Parts: sequence; C-alpha cells; structure tokens
Amino acid sequence: MNRPLLEVEHLTIRFGGLVAVNDVSFTAQDRRITAVIGPNGAGKTTVFNCLTGFYKPTIGRMRLMHAATGREFLLERMEGFRIAAEARVARTFQNIRLFPKMTVLENLIVAQHNRLMRASGYTVLGLFGYQGYRRAEAAAIDRARYWLDRTGLTPRADDAAESLPYGGQRRLEIARAMCTEPVLLCLDEPAAGLNPRESDELNALLRYIRDEHRIGVLLIEHDMSVVMQISDHIVVLDYGRKIADGAPAAIRADPAVIRAYLGEPEEAA
Amino acid sequence: MTPDVRPLDYAAMAKEAGLTAFVVLMLAVVLVGLELRDVPGALALYTRVPDVVAACVIAFIGRIAVILLREGYRDAVMIGGGIASVILLIGLLPEVLFGTQTAVKIANRLMPFEAPVVRWCVFAAALILAARAAIGRRRLRVQDVNARVAAADRAGARMQHIARYAGPALGFAAVALPIVYGHDQQAMSVAILVMTYIMLGWGLNIVVGLAGLLDLGYVAFYAVGAYTFALLATTEGIEWSFWLCLPMAGALAGLVGVLLGFPVLRLRGDYLAIVTLGFGEIIRVVIQNWASFTKGPNGITGIPRPTLFGLSWEEEAPEGQTAFWQWFSNNLWPVEYSAAHEKIFLFYIILFLALIVNWFALRARKMPIGRAWEALREDEIACRSLGINPTNTKLTAFGCGAMFGGFAGAFFATSQGFVSPESFVFIESAIILAIVVLGGFGSQLGVVLAALLLIGLPEVFREVKDFRMLAFGLAMVAIMLWRPAGLLAHREPTVRLKTARAGAKP
Repeated sequence: MNRPLLEVEHLTIRFGGLVAVNDVSFTAQDRRITAVIGPNGAGKTTVFNCLTGFYKPTIGRMRLMHAATGREFLLERMEGFRIAAEARVARTFQNIRLFPKMTVLENLIVAQHNRLMRASGYTVLGLFGYQGYRRAEAAAIDRARYWLDRTGLTPRADDAAESLPYGGQRRLEIARAMCTEPVLLCLDEPAAGLNPRESDELNALLRYIRDEHRIGVLLIEHDMSVVMQISDHIVVLDYGRKIADGAPAAIRADPAVIRAYLGEPEEAA
Repeated sequence: MTPDVRPLDYAAMAKEAGLTAFVVLMLAVVLVGLELRDVPGALALYTRVPDVVAACVIAFIGRIAVILLREGYRDAVMIGGGIASVILLIGLLPEVLFGTQTAVKIANRLMPFEAPVVRWCVFAAALILAARAAIGRRRLRVQDVNARVAAADRAGARMQHIARYAGPALGFAAVALPIVYGHDQQAMSVAILVMTYIMLGWGLNIVVGLAGLLDLGYVAFYAVGAYTFALLATTEGIEWSFWLCLPMAGALAGLVGVLLGFPVLRLRGDYLAIVTLGFGEIIRVVIQNWASFTKGPNGITGIPRPTLFGLSWEEEAPEGQTAFWQWFSNNLWPVEYSAAHEKIFLFYIILFLALIVNWFALRARKMPIGRAWEALREDEIACRSLGINPTNTKLTAFGCGAMFGGFAGAFFATSQGFVSPESFVFIESAIILAIVVLGGFGSQLGVVLAALLLIGLPEVFREVKDFRMLAFGLAMVAIMLWRPAGLLAHREPTVRLKTARAGAKP
C-alpha cells in the first residue's frame, strides 16, 4: 500500500486554556478528495491554518510525502511560506483573499512568483531584459491562461480582481492556488455563497483537478450536496475531536455524525 | 436664462456667506491681522486691519458667487466674475509691467495685501469662477468620495495614456531647461531642489506606493547617504571623489535600510509608521550628538563639488586639476568662467540620478519582485499562502528605497557643500511622503506633478515669508478635497492577456 500524501497524527492545538483541536489524526491520499466537515467551531479551519503554517500545533505531527520524488516534509517544523513554496501545499481562504486591485491575470502570475524569481536571476538579470526571463514569463502567462480557461475567467483576465462577481472570485482563488502547482490543495469552504449552478460547476472543477492533475484535495465544506457528491473520504470533527472517518455512505449512516451534525435522517437526505 | 434656476433664499444665502466670512475672519485675525514685531527695546503689536477686512469681504463675495453657481445662475456669475477679473487685471497689471509708485499704490488700494502674489491669487479665483460658469453645462454638485475617486481614476487612466508622450516630453523639457534658464542661478537652484525631491519621491514611491510600507523616516537614509559622502570626502587621508563615494553612499544607506528593516518589518500599517518615524529621529539625534565623528550640530563644511572627468568647476582649479572653462577654452571654443556652469552640471547629475530611479521603478514593477511588492501591499496573508517570503520581499523594497535615498543624500551633500543635522528633520520625511501621497500612490508622473506643486509653490510664495507654508497647507487641503486618492491615481496592469496573446508561443 502506498504511503498517504498527508498524514496528520495526534494534532492538538491549544490557545491558552482553550483546546481548539484535540488529538486529531487522519490521512489524505493522492488523487482523492478528502472532506473535513463538522458544525461551526469544530476546529476545521484551525486544522487548515495549522497545515498551511499559520498556526503552530501544540502537539502532533503532520507529514507530507511527495510521491514523485519520495521527499518527506514535516509541516509542523516549517515556516508558513516554505510550506507553500517547498512542500507545495496550496490553500484558499474562507473569506476570499485575492489581490483586489491587481488584475485577474496578475493574481495568477503572482502565484508563480518563486519560479519567475529564479528565472529573472532574482530581478538583476530581468531588469536588463534577460531572454530567459521573458521565456519564463511567457510560460507563466500560458499556465495562467490554462487555468483561466478552466475557470471560465478568460474574458475578465485584464479586469481588477475586485470587480469579479462573488463566484468568479471563488474560482479565481482556486485557479491562483493551482498556479503554484501544488501536490495538496486545501479549500476552505469553496462553495460558500455560491448558487446551485455555480456549485455544480465547482464540483466539476474539483473533480477535474483531482482526475487530470492527480493531486490530493482537502476540503472544508458545509454544503452537503458538494461534500457527498465529490468526496472520496470524509473526516468529521466536533468540538475539536474527530468523531468519524470514512467513505461518504458510511458517514451518512454513522449515528454519532447524525447526532452531532447531519441531524435527523430525513433532513440529511 | 438657464432652465434649472432655483429661486434664491436670500436669508440662507447671507447666512452661508456670512459663516464663511466669519471663519475667514477668525483665521485671518490670528494668522494675518496680528503680528508681534521686535522694535528696539520692546515688542510691539502690529495690526493689519485692512488685510483682514479685505479677506472677509472677498470670502463673502466669493461664497455668494459659489452659491449662485450652485443654484444655476451661471450668467450672473460669469458676468460678475468676468468684470471682477477684468478690474483686477487692469488694477494689478501695471504694477508688474511698470512697477512705478503710482501703479503699486493703485494695486494696494484695490487689494490691501502686502504681497502681489496674494492679489494674483484672488484674480485667479475670480477668473476660475467665471470660467466655470461659462463652460459648466451642469450645476456645481456635491460628489461623494467614491464618485470622486472613480473620476480621479478615469482622469488618471487618461493621463497614463498621454504619459507615454508626456513622460519623454517632460524629460526633454528637463534636459532643455538649463539651456533656457542656465544663466539664472536662482532658477537653477530651485530646479535642482525640485529634482532632488522628485528623486526622493520616486525612491519613497517604491516603499510606500508599491510595497505599501508606510515609512515616515525616509529622511534617515537621505542623512546616511549625505553623511557617508561628507565624511569620506572630508576626512584627512581618505578624501575620495564624489563619483567614488556615490555608490558607497547608496550601498551604505541600503544596508542601514535592511538592518533597520529586519526588526521593524514584522509590524504593519500604523505601527510600522510610528517605528520608522522613531528611527528617522534616532538617526538624526545620533548624528547631532556623536560630535567626535560627525562634528555634531556644527555640521561638516567644505565638502568638495563633483568633477567632470577630473575637470574642476572652480575658476582657479586646485592643484593637479584643470578648470573646466580653461580646458573648454583651450580645446573647443573660448568660454568665460561662470558660476552657473557648476549649477547646470549639478542639475544634470540629479536629473540623471532621478531618471535611474524612475527607470528602476518602472522596470521593477513588471518583474516578479515588483508584482510581489504590490501583492504584499494588497494582502500579506495571501502572499504567504502562495510561497512568497514576506520578510525578504519587504526588505528588498525597503533596501531599494533606502539606497536611492542614499544616492540623493550624497548628491545633496555635494551640491550644498555643507551638511548638518538640521537638514534631516522630520518635516523633510513628511514632505517627501506628501509628494508620494498627493501624486497618487505608485504614479511616477504624479510624483513629478506633486513635487512641482509642493516644492515649487512655497518657492513662488517665498515673498509672503512666514505664510508660505500656509500655501503648502492649502494645496494639501485642496487636493484632499478634490482628489482624495492623489493627483494621478490609476493603476496600470503590469501585464495584459490581450497583448500577451499576440506575442506568446502556442
């Protein structure tokens, strides 16, 4: 059996006396969509912030494997930006965080910063019009164009990100995360505020990312129609503890999950 | 008559205009009306009653004109403003043209202000009101801030469009300036001063406009550059030339920027502003008190002027050097010695340095580092999630800005020939920041306009002595009212898909 892409072991996060996450262990696989669900305040976003380096865990280990190279990263020991740059974990935010005054295309180019930075000789060569940098920038624009086409944002590419409608901003944030070429994509409530049609498009986009780009997706979501349709694996948190872990069908039938989160069976259906 | 004329409410009108006149009265009594003068043996209170009365009357009439314009009486304002400007023009012009006693007396009778420039301001106000009434299709209306920002953005976009031509045109104008005004040392001094501030503005624009780091202590790097050069050039046994010291001054200022930046750049927004303000003062206080090294408050004198490939600009060149005018006379065609040559040379140096900063800022914006600066200004957390190292990125912005400040400082030292801590007080930082803010964050052309306005205007108002800073303040208030986002607030994308598509390979 393959080593999992991400192994979270005994993750505990305390803020002073408050235990936000208590001894949570789970795994996320390559080419699988893993959903983390739970009621408000269950600690889902805290787990995310820990994975992406915004918080340091009090106890616990988060091990990330690059299947292609066999390199292993211990995320709890890495600085936030290094987790994105080296371990290649990308994320989106619950309250969208774009670069509002920059254009849609610029948002996607900024996401490829580190590669472009090396290509421009850390700016020094680039300032004098070095050919290699021009080629790298053209390649970056091509990659951006690919994701613009995928997310249907090509017609708005030269508009300021803040001028996009809400759904467009959500998609742009996913496109921006994908432009960093991650091995693990963490999405914090990507379907929040989307209408049913946009929600369906999102499902298709996430499936495409999983199947074509063969990366792992970790998903926090409240919208059960999204979770149940696209997840391969579900982790349920409640009051900072993991109460269930399994395939969607099993989770739907789990009495503890129903009690804590899904409610009575007829509502959950 | 215009169709949309509203009936006048005379009482309300008188009240509004009266209130304006009252505010002017309160300000004018304190600022203009009373002055303590030092007469032998005592202080005497000197009053200027006519000035205050005139100011109030002008404010009252002006306000009524504004009200009339607002209520749709365009013709009346146009005729009234026109007549007023014609009378003022007839009254004031002879003073400028002939300067005779009678002309000055007439002008004084018409407007009892001491300085002609104030009279001309009143004339300009009357003319502007008349012109607005004449061309204004719409009523004067009160726009909200958002509408103004949007309008300013459109205007900025138009300016960006013509900036392609305006930029080089201004560049040529700057290159040609000494040819026209080269003989006028006073004018060249002002030009050098404005150019120095343009350079400082462009340098600070990288830190504040692009990277969004509010730096209130920029003058510290200016001081480091100036003292680096001053000390290297005057210390016995070193005495390096300007051209050797220039890069060192920049490098050292940049290094100080990075060193200061390390602990400071974790802070954001207002906190960063306060700490940089503190650092600016610390540098000045250190310079002031470390007398054994920096000569303290006495300053450093006798800083050498730059040479042109070893040619000196003095009439009698020091030993081992040739004077420029002698060399020029011997090798090309005869010229007389003139002190103006040196000023022209200094102007070209600062122009060259400023253009380097401009080139760097424009290029860097389209580099990954420039985009990262802008992204960092927009959202630091998002930057971190994309793998951008926020500390390094901020430090490069801070270091680059500091380096250019250091270059400008070295130039300042050599052009003045003298540096002292008094040149590096907080108000300098504030003026440079004001240039960046008023120009419109990140706008290169805006910095030029704002520098011309903020540095040039007080020079024009020099004859009103103590009140020239008032003109500075008025300009600030006016811009904040009409252009809250800066003179040229518009962000041009660094890359476009439309144009990129044509060039990219399939």
